Amino acid sequence: MAHASDLIASDIEAYLAEHERKDLLRLLTCGSVDDGKSTLIGRLLHDSEMIYEDHLAVLKAESTTVGSAGDQVDLALLMDGLKAEREQGITIDVAYRYFSTARRKFIIADTPGHEQYTRNMVTGASTCQLAVVLIDARLGVLAQTRRHSYVASLLGIRNVVVAVNKMDLVGWSEERFDEICADYRIFAKGLAQIDPYFLPMSALLGDNVVEPGDNLTWFDGPALMEHLETVDVDVGVDLERLRLPIQMVVRPDLDFRGFAGTVASGVLRPGAEVVALPSGMRSTVERIVTFDGDLEVAGPGRAVTVTLTDEIDLSRGDLLVDVEQAPTRAHEVDAMLVWMDTEELEPGRQYLLQSANGVRNASVTSIRHRVDVDTLEERAATSLGLNDIGRCSISADRELLFDAYGVNRSTGSFVLVDRLSNGTVGAGMIIGAASSWNRQPDAGLLRQASSISQGERSARFGQQPCTVLLTGLTAAGKSTIATALERRLFDRGRAAIRLDGENVRMGISRDLGFSSQERSENLRRVAEVAQLVNNHGLIAIAALVAPKDEVRARARELVGEDRFVEVFVDTPLEVCRERDANGMYEAADRGEIPHFPGVSATYDRPTDMDLRVDTSVQAVDECVDAIMDLLAARGVLHA
Amino acid sequence: MREVVAQFERPVMMYSIGKDSTVLLHLARKAFFPGKIPFPLLHVDTTWKFREMIEFRDRTVADLGIDLIVHSNPDGMAAGINPFDHGSKNYTDIMKTQALKQALEAGCFDAAFGGARRDEEKSRAKERIFSFRDRYHRWDPKNQRPELWDIYNGRVDRGESIRVFPISNWTELDVWQYIHLEEIPIVPLYRSAIRPVVERNGTLIMVDDDRFRFEDGEEPEMRAVRFRTLGCYPLSGAVESTATTLPEIIQEMLLASRSEREGRVIDHDQSGSMEEKKREGYF
Repeated sequence: MAHASDLIASDIEAYLAEHERKDLLRLLTCGSVDDGKSTLIGRLLHDSEMIYEDHLAVLKAESTTVGSAGDQVDLALLMDGLKAEREQGITIDVAYRYFSTARRKFIIADTPGHEQYTRNMVTGASTCQLAVVLIDARLGVLAQTRRHSYVASLLGIRNVVVAVNKMDLVGWSEERFDEICADYRIFAKGLAQIDPYFLPMSALLGDNVVEPGDNLTWFDGPALMEHLETVDVDVGVDLERLRLPIQMVVRPDLDFRGFAGTVASGVLRPGAEVVALPSGMRSTVERIVTFDGDLEVAGPGRAVTVTLTDEIDLSRGDLLVDVEQAPTRAHEVDAMLVWMDTEELEPGRQYLLQSANGVRNASVTSIRHRVDVDTLEERAATSLGLNDIGRCSISADRELLFDAYGVNRSTGSFVLVDRLSNGTVGAGMIIGAASSWNRQPDAGLLRQASSISQGERSARFGQQPCTVLLTGLTAAGKSTIATALERRLFDRGRAAIRLDGENVRMGISRDLGFSSQERSENLRRVAEVAQLVNNHGLIAIAALVAPKDEVRARARELVGEDRFVEVFVDTPLEVCRERDANGMYEAADRGEIPHFPGVSATYDRPTDMDLRVDTSVQAVDECVDAIMDLLAARGVLHA
Repeated sequence: MREVVAQFERPVMMYSIGKDSTVLLHLARKAFFPGKIPFPLLHVDTTWKFREMIEFRDRTVADLGIDLIVHSNPDGMAAGINPFDHGSKNYTDIMKTQALKQALEAGCFDAAFGGARRDEEKSRAKERIFSFRDRYHRWDPKNQRPELWDIYNGRVDRGESIRVFPISNWTELDVWQYIHLEEIPIVPLYRSAIRPVVERNGTLIMVDDDRFRFEDGEEPEMRAVRFRTLGCYPLSGAVESTATTLPEIIQEMLLASRSEREGRVIDHDQSGSMEEKKREGYF
């Protein structure tokens, strides 16, 4: 075997030094049986001279018995590992191949394009930084191309090489290539993060695999190998948020107590202040202990044992994090779930959830939708079968500590394990904390209808029901406007109910705090009440900070677009601070109130509101006038 | 490795004395530092290993203060099973595969580390890092647990076990380079020396002791040889070499055009044979 490096023969020490510095790229190849994927990999290995002579001899012998490449050595046979598969001529599992060039080391995860095997592709993709999606130039973008690209995107792979293969069979046509690229771009718009590199090639003849070849002179981008060698794969490595999931406690004697784990993200340094979760205890990193001596710094991917300056409680499944950016904590998460078992998912059934947090009991509480991986359409579903992908709420018996998968693969992923068979049956990527917004009511419930019609109510109250949401920063004047609006409506003989954020927290939301998640839940409850009130013909006036755009949009959806009136109380922050009688802003500045919109959490300024008012320049009555005018214009108030 | 110790009750590390085992052992020392390695080593001794391997094993274990379990198949020994009379296939099955099962059952081990790498052989390319074995130690390549991210599902019922391959993703070059950089001691047989060998069917077999059976006309010759892989001496092919330092060994490996397992006689019984052995419970 010959690495393409003269250094080996001339100066092995220099070669070894070079090899030591090479970084590693893990890539995934996806395509169907006929796209020539195995041929491509065989070609990469062959042309980079990574196939041993004895392997090649076996291959030559086998090509004549089971090969499908005629007289040529069937490079695909090199990839298809297992005997049964070789006889079927189909790769059915994930196989890993290794090669290196002068610049980089590579691990290829070869996964089948065969329809049933989404689960294998997901498995292969979970550890890869780049995906090569193969397209047969004769056939163009197919359902499976969409499936492969979707799965790559779902698993967080940003670098995608769209390899238009078999260019030799379309006469090396640039026009055909451009056509396929355009088709791909249209559908890839719907995929998060994907950054495609389009490449025409012929794996069989070798054009644009390792060398550019003579047939594609109209294409001036780098060939596949050069692209793989030079593409930046460190995009997305998070050095900010420290996450060290504790694997085990190392306690050889009474004097030493270390916490062992692999840094998932962020940077660990002696002297750095850290927080142990879930306990919330703070401590300082004392030493980063390794066999080769203490480290001054340890970054993502590094396996370490740390000691802390304080005796605090920390065990397997706990997390050490930085003091600035804590992970999310919740019992229930909203996640994309890939089902990997022949026995279908049973909502409500107990599974084991294994993650960086260790093992929990968990069940799927609801399935929001299933994704049709060929069309990317969202479909209603009551269960997930083998190879299905769906968005689900999963509830665990103990709190989970996590980041969104898009931010951190290690702390955002989990698997579900069947308690009886012990098999791994599902793989999940966390989107965020689940909220009751997604939960489906119990299927057995029946809605009890009223005998009073909307028309009767409307005639009685002289109005069409609606919900006015007043959103804005603390002390912006929302409650004041709400109270004045309620008075105005009452005086004009209308029927309205006021739902003040603070008031509801004394009652139906007494159990909620002020995290983003809890604020979201508070708005959901208010929106649910508003909807009930509207159904009874009354106007609801809701006054809440409601800082998240997404959550306000869900409230709008719940109440109904035609009944929802969003009023942005856009009083400048400085004015709010001056008015703040309760000293909330000062307390937030001192760090006493976490997640305070405008100070330690963001307030998404509404962009699609129905009305904007500003109490720093408008009197309360003027604001109320503007709202009344709007309600009249919308036909809410009968003459 | 830490994951295994955290998840399992009775792990054990397969120790074959070869370079991969040597790396594995070194990694284990690092993983649990400053603690001791929290599991024993298991060496399945076919009784036909090179003498230098056994010496190296005993020295290593003594130096590191680790527990070592040595097991040989008593039935096979009683029956006098040897690689000359019984063919490499039967011999390997009885003295390695069966012996390994006996030892794992005797120790009630629920996890066993091995030094296999995916780049070694085609069937190994699909092996998981945590590889499930049923109560008969069988591997079912069609029914492996999906293995995602760095989450390893080690749940087993009584009698079942997991084989764990921590250096699955290493290549032969990675292994040698690691040994070089970390200055890890290896069995001297990997380095070239003048040794007595006979050439048989194109393979150089070392005459390690007086149990060696010469065929007609065979005479041991003294040649400068070394081994790329180590096993039972009658089944391990030597290569002619003058490489004595690690850079020389690595250089030779990189310039060589034959893969390392080729020196092993058992892989060539028939194509796909490793896969069959693995289904039976071979490492």
